[in-house]
Amino acid sequence: MLHFIDTVGEAVAGIKDGSTVMIGGFGNAGQPFELIDALLEGGATDLTVVNNNAGQGDQGLALLIKEGRVRKMICSFPRQSDSWHFDAKYKAGEIELELVPQGNLAERIRAAGAGIGGFFTPTGYGTMLAEGKETRIIDGRGQVFETPIHADVALIKALKADGVGNLVYRKTARNFGPIMAAAAKHTIVQVSEIVPTGGLDPENVVTPGIYVNSIVRVNTAAGKTEQVA
Amino acid sequence: MSIQTASLQTSETPLGRDDLARLVARDIKPGSFVNLGIGQPTLVSNYLQPEQNITLHTENGMLGMGPVAEGDQIDGDLINAGKIPVTEQPGASYFHHADSFAIMRGGHLDICVLGAFQVSATGDLANWHTGAPDAIPAVGGAMDLATGAKDVFVMMTLLTRDGASKIVEACTYPLTGVGCVTRVYTDKAVFLTGPDGVTVRETFGCTLEELQALVPVPLTAAPAVAG
Repeated sequence: MLHFIDTVGEAVAGIKDGSTVMIGGFGNAGQPFELIDALLEGGATDLTVVNNNAGQGDQGLALLIKEGRVRKMICSFPRQSDSWHFDAKYKAGEIELELVPQGNLAERIRAAGAGIGGFFTPTGYGTMLAEGKETRIIDGRGQVFETPIHADVALIKALKADGVGNLVYRKTARNFGPIMAAAAKHTIVQVSEIVPTGGLDPENVVTPGIYVNSIVRVNTAAGKTEQVA
Repeated sequence: MSIQTASLQTSETPLGRDDLARLVARDIKPGSFVNLGIGQPTLVSNYLQPEQNITLHTENGMLGMGPVAEGDQIDGDLINAGKIPVTEQPGASYFHHADSFAIMRGGHLDICVLGAFQVSATGDLANWHTGAPDAIPAVGGAMDLATGAKDVFVMMTLLTRDGASKIVEACTYPLTGVGCVTRVYTDKAVFLTGPDGVTVRETFGCTLEELQALVPVPLTAAPAVAG
């Protein structure tokens, strides 16, 4: 069931303590800052967050981590020049880290959305990130068994939605949006624009509306990744 | 052997970073699909020639990446794997992350160029983690590139700041991939790695004998073939 919601606060109101939350974005591109701010405001805690990174600077996911709302991060690249809030929590032993090679992260999310129970991949074979995992030799190559990553909620950012929840994205801000929308039980999308049904060319729809549960319009200028007050 | 070594030396001095980037760029076959890693490999893009018709892939979801954006071109929704604003070339395409990594993991990229801490005699790569207990590990797409691209080129200085060879018998840093590196471009030589060990294609400012004194694995001159 698709809902159009007036405010980001109402959109995230149902997120419970202990939830697994996928958050779209690669760095700041595609990061749904306003939904994350609303999640912070709403107080949900003990969260497991799935994102490529672990927050940048003093905004978005970084603040959620700073405020101690994140029990565990599942990500590929937490360490950045401005990931100081994650760094501090990690060094203090106050946040758990599941480090996943980026392609495995993407494919595990995709697998969840596609109903796949797991897959073998050469990525990570023979490395410490494959320790303890099942391996096989397939087509002469060592491969590692990886399992899907499911989530209770996905928070993503798209450019436009139409009246049935079809989405289009903008440039490299697309990144994890389409696969997270499919992997989560409940997908909440912030968009810059809502157009009437029929207003998106069906040939160009990237995420079909079947994957989308809640849509909220947030006024951000296209290409602007800084938080808008 | 001494005759071969004389022919291996192609420059009087070690190569600087830009000279090395120019050499890597020259060695990329026309029409290739290429991913350039963060850091030194990014320099290669400065030396690719339009007539080479190279298509650059960036892991965050784009083929046909153009040069770094400047001034009014800067768009926060158009960035590269290093999160630097870039531009798009005519014919560019955008796709989601699972598709982008399928391009890497499915063997569709001709070449990736990566930095490294160490490369072993059999082409094992270590480039993501020092293994230090207080280091925060971050892997990104390094393992996917290392195992997925048809050819994995490494660009690095041959020696650490302490003078140790980064080409080693076996990596002591945590591995990124096993037996994946095919070429190593360094300031002192170009090495070809594979199951049969390490051969030297050319040297810069040193002879093969002088190079062998620095590198703790057996080196032989590569058969004379065009790069």
